[in-house]
Amino acid sequence: MAYSEKLLDHFKNPKNVGTLDKTDQNVGTGLVGAPECGDVMRLQIQVDAEGIIEDAKFKTFGCGSAIASSSLATEWLKGKSIDEALAIDNMAIVEELALPPVKIHCSVLAEDAIKQAVNDYKTKNA
Amino acid sequence: MSDKRLIYLDNNATTPTDPRVVDAMLPFFHNVPGNAASRNHPFGWAAEEAVDYARDQIAKLLDVDNREIIFTSGATESDNLALKGVFEMYKRKGNHIITLKTEHKAVLDSCKKIEKMGGEVTYLDVDDKGMINLAELEAAIKKETILISVMWANNETGVIQPMKEIGDICAKHGVLFMSDATQAVGKIKTHPKELGIHLMAFTSHKMYGPKGVGALFVNRKNPRVKVTSQMDGGGHERGMRSGTLNVPGIVGFGMAAEIARKEMDADAARLSVLRDKLEQAFIDNLEEVYVNGDPAHRMPHVCNISFKHVEGEGLMMTFNQEVGVSSGSACTSASLEPSYVLIAYGLGDDLAHSSIRFSLGRFTTEQDIDETIALVSKGVNHMRDLSPIWEMYKEGVDLDAVQWTEH
Ligand SMILES: Cc1ncc(COP(=O)(O)O)c(C=O)c1O
Repeated sequence: MAYSEKLLDHFKNPKNVGTLDKTDQNVGTGLVGAPECGDVMRLQIQVDAEGIIEDAKFKTFGCGSAIASSSLATEWLKGKSIDEALAIDNMAIVEELALPPVKIHCSVLAEDAIKQAVNDYKTKNA
Repeated sequence: MSDKRLIYLDNNATTPTDPRVVDAMLPFFHNVPGNAASRNHPFGWAAEEAVDYARDQIAKLLDVDNREIIFTSGATESDNLALKGVFEMYKRKGNHIITLKTEHKAVLDSCKKIEKMGGEVTYLDVDDKGMINLAELEAAIKKETILISVMWANNETGVIQPMKEIGDICAKHGVLFMSDATQAVGKIKTHPKELGIHLMAFTSHKMYGPKGVGALFVNRKNPRVKVTSQMDGGGHERGMRSGTLNVPGIVGFGMAAEIARKEMDADAARLSVLRDKLEQAFIDNLEEVYVNGDPAHRMPHVCNISFKHVEGEGLMMTFNQEVGVSSGSACTSASLEPSYVLIAYGLGDDLAHSSIRFSLGRFTTEQDIDETIALVSKGVNHMRDLSPIWEMYKEGVDLDAVQWTEH
């Protein structure tokens, strides 16, 4: 299987790897997937007073496509409002990274992680 | 592929054809064009002579009679012929076959087909090291049992089953013994008659011969074993397998067998040192490393290892521009299932997803191993830096207690 340059770049030089303090009021955390399924994604957002995502971090256990999808998601999240974040569609990730059909579930996982992170933030700040 | 030096450690998938084998084959494409079944001109005679010579070379490797070698297109076909052929030939005697859950798909799927044809198949468990339980095997035998099929060495882990003991049990109960010996022939001594094996499948391309040619050993005397042909036509190979013989392929297979007979002990001794070096380096350099399969009963050139909290396919991507190996993880939407072999060993799905198989071969050098140790160790560390479950593990989180979201 040949991967796209963009995918390989996100895999080799992943952006925004790391951990935010999940107890922080301004941080929302999404943890999706399961070790038994071969992928676990943790995506975190830090939201400023205006409701804009000022930082995003991830860690992912999974194949190259899962890692690239989460790295790309963190890049896209930064600077977006939380409502814009919720509008990110997995198919946009598929297109950007040219994911092969068997790897589409990786993009779905990334979308789920974004939604969970935003929901976590919203619940904390409700 | 670029001309950068690549390290090939996937010899259980297929071996490079030995250049001496290629040399032996070349005349049989153009200079000796005959069909080995053409009995009335020198072209046919030369081809037949070459096939007979190769049959001798292979028979000598196995210490069997040359009339006991049936050429096929590979081990998949040999497995199919042995299992379905025995079932059809002996189904009046009984319809029950016993095999292992860790067999190759060529055996398991043939057995599935036999079940559809009215057969009954028992798939035995193995222990956590991949070994058969002999008491369970014996207990599974009933009066309808006609065949026991146990692979000699496992393709994923290299685990070697106790063939002598299984052969004794088969003899005691008067049951035929078949073995898929694809991963063992040409690498370790495989003399079926000493162990009571009646049918044995193997293939050229796992022993430095060309792809697309294999064989089935079928015992001729005490007992005389027969299989119903699965490929009908001109009645080649004593009526058991029709089809014009692949003369260049068979010549290469024969040459590969001769080289193996002379060199396999030295290859095995050298490769086991390199394999142990590779394995020990991972154990020493990295935490949470688990070797899969019984180290005391294992092929000398195989190492299957799980790097916990790292997904195998992702890990492979960190070094697959340089090193070719294979992974027990299949992370595709078509199959999220990790290796059924490792699952049968009782590994959790997570450890099975974290497994990598390194299989060395005749052309593996110490430099290959040193470079692989460095590249893979670096890859594991990179993937662990990225892994949320590694981080949780390091923080002391009980991963079994986490509510994961299955998908
Ligand atoms: C144990 C075992 N049996 C059967 C086969 C199939 O061999 P072939 O590729 O010659 O059909 C293989 C190779 O993948 C194998 O490892």
